[in-house]
Amino acid sequence: MELFFNPFDNLLCILLGISFTVWFTLLLVFIIVPAIFGVSFGIRRLYMKTLLKIFEWATLRIERGAKEKNHHLYKPYSNAIIAREPTSLEEEIKEIRRSGSNKDLDSATEFEMSDIFYFARRGVESIMDDEVTKRFSAEELESWNLLTRSNYNFHYISLRLTVLWGLGLLIRYGFLLPLRVTLAFTGVGLLVFLTSLIGLLPNGRMKNFLSEKVHLMCYRICVRALTAIITYHDSENKPKNGGICVANHTSPIDVIILASDGCYAMVGQIHGGLMGVIQRSMVKACPHVWFERSEVKDRHLVAKRLSDHVQDKSKLPILIFPEGTCINNTSVMMFKKGSFDIGATVYPVAIKYDPRFGDAFWNSSKFGMVNYLLHMMSSWAIVCSVWYLPPMSREEGEDAVQFANRVKAAIARKGGLVDLLWDGGLKREKVKDTFKEEQQKLYSKMLVGTQEDRSRS
Amino acid sequence: MGSRASTLLREEEIEEIKKETGFSHSQITRLYSRFTSLDKGENGTLREDQVNFRGFMRTLAHFRPVEDNEKNKNPPTTEPLNSRTNKLLFAFRLYDLDRDDKISRDELLQVLRMMVGVNISDEQLGSIADRTIQEADQNGDNCISFQEFMKVLEKVDVEQKMSIRFLH
Repeated sequence: MELFFNPFDNLLCILLGISFTVWFTLLLVFIIVPAIFGVSFGIRRLYMKTLLKIFEWATLRIERGAKEKNHHLYKPYSNAIIAREPTSLEEEIKEIRRSGSNKDLDSATEFEMSDIFYFARRGVESIMDDEVTKRFSAEELESWNLLTRSNYNFHYISLRLTVLWGLGLLIRYGFLLPLRVTLAFTGVGLLVFLTSLIGLLPNGRMKNFLSEKVHLMCYRICVRALTAIITYHDSENKPKNGGICVANHTSPIDVIILASDGCYAMVGQIHGGLMGVIQRSMVKACPHVWFERSEVKDRHLVAKRLSDHVQDKSKLPILIFPEGTCINNTSVMMFKKGSFDIGATVYPVAIKYDPRFGDAFWNSSKFGMVNYLLHMMSSWAIVCSVWYLPPMSREEGEDAVQFANRVKAAIARKGGLVDLLWDGGLKREKVKDTFKEEQQKLYSKMLVGTQEDRSRS
Repeated sequence: MGSRASTLLREEEIEEIKKETGFSHSQITRLYSRFTSLDKGENGTLREDQVNFRGFMRTLAHFRPVEDNEKNKNPPTTEPLNSRTNKLLFAFRLYDLDRDDKISRDELLQVLRMMVGVNISDEQLGSIADRTIQEADQNGDNCISFQEFMKVLEKVDVEQKMSIRFLH
């Protein structure tokens, strides 16, 4: 077989070789080395500012174009669709009855056919708009950020806009995505390799020190793999050993964001596959709390393991997301009381993402993990703020649920999120019947209560 | 991710729904976005009874405030869905479970049972139902027809109580 060498081929090979070398050197110098030492060149912030200006221009252009062509613009429904009066069942039904009859209300009849108006109206109001359902889909944006996935007015508006969008597409998928995927593989690979190495050392101060450095370094590389621009506030309140760190949950990325600024012991279920490999190697370097699938249901076991961990002051603070599921970062939902029952100091953390650059919410019913990560890596950036709140402990006479609600309110206030009492589990499950039964009880009191009055008089 | 709602709903459809229900363009697109977020199976219908978007809007249209009709530039030729009579008819159909245009004692009992749960005994509920039918029934057939229903509720401010105020 003859190999045919073409001088052009040779040139091509040389050019490819050079560009690869340049590429990797740049990668190393600008991204990986700063990650190792925890410094930053400020490139990402500059990038962010430039993007914002472009988005503003794009939005104005769309609005102008829509006016010219007389199209209707879709307005996002992050605000409410309808106005709801905060009246109670009793007040409203009494009002309906009052308007329908001339009789004095005290001798009113127990049941009126007009009562159903109240239920019908409240029901339809909830169908049109409720506080919970909209928390499980991505937040809608006021201005367009040049991503098709968040555009609701995708008509052809102008050449310049389309060109800009096309350019953005090219940059994101052609340049940023491969870069980020490389970094991600590097970060994860290093994590697995180095933690396994450290696992060979004997337990002691050296091991802890090295484990800390390795974890931080790998998480910082992962942070750059997502082009995450994070601002940490109030770092003096950072969680200390023997405490529990609780935060609101928006996506699996929350872990990376918090862990790149401090060392935590993770809590979670053991997975198979790549995740399992990562989990098993991480636990070699420092103690994390991983549960078997069967153990997760046993609340006492879980509580015992967690409290054993916090009592050992040499172990790292535990990181827990008490909502139990991903919420879309506009609100904070019910905190499960398990972690508040242990009696350890709680360090609340509020995480708020800026959705303009890329929405970090993981809608697990719509996208799998790989799909989600691809979306993340092909967005412009992940921008977020992290607030470390001062530590809280359970007070006298406060039970776990009240304590949990107090922490939740503090997190919601700091992060500018809506504080909801509803359970995040409503993402997948139906509402418990107890809520319906409560309403039935209230209504029954109206009917039967008047009967008792009549029998007395 | 953000729903591309308005691209899935054609302009002609929006116009048709506008004529039929009286909702404005922006209200229809918002409610369509809501419909798609409730439609978990993504097959264009809501689970119970297979309600499609047109049916959804027709039902919701009953709850539009009556004043909004004056703002409408093209009033529909037939009676609008949110007229007083149609609102009353909607409420009547909530009671009339078998759609035979009469509310029988059994139907009234069933609906009452749904509203009170387990908190009231059968006898008490029965006497409430009996009294209600007695007061409303005029032609002695022991059922409530739509005319009798309207008569009982003639003084009730149906327009306000069966209306939902939109913010846009």
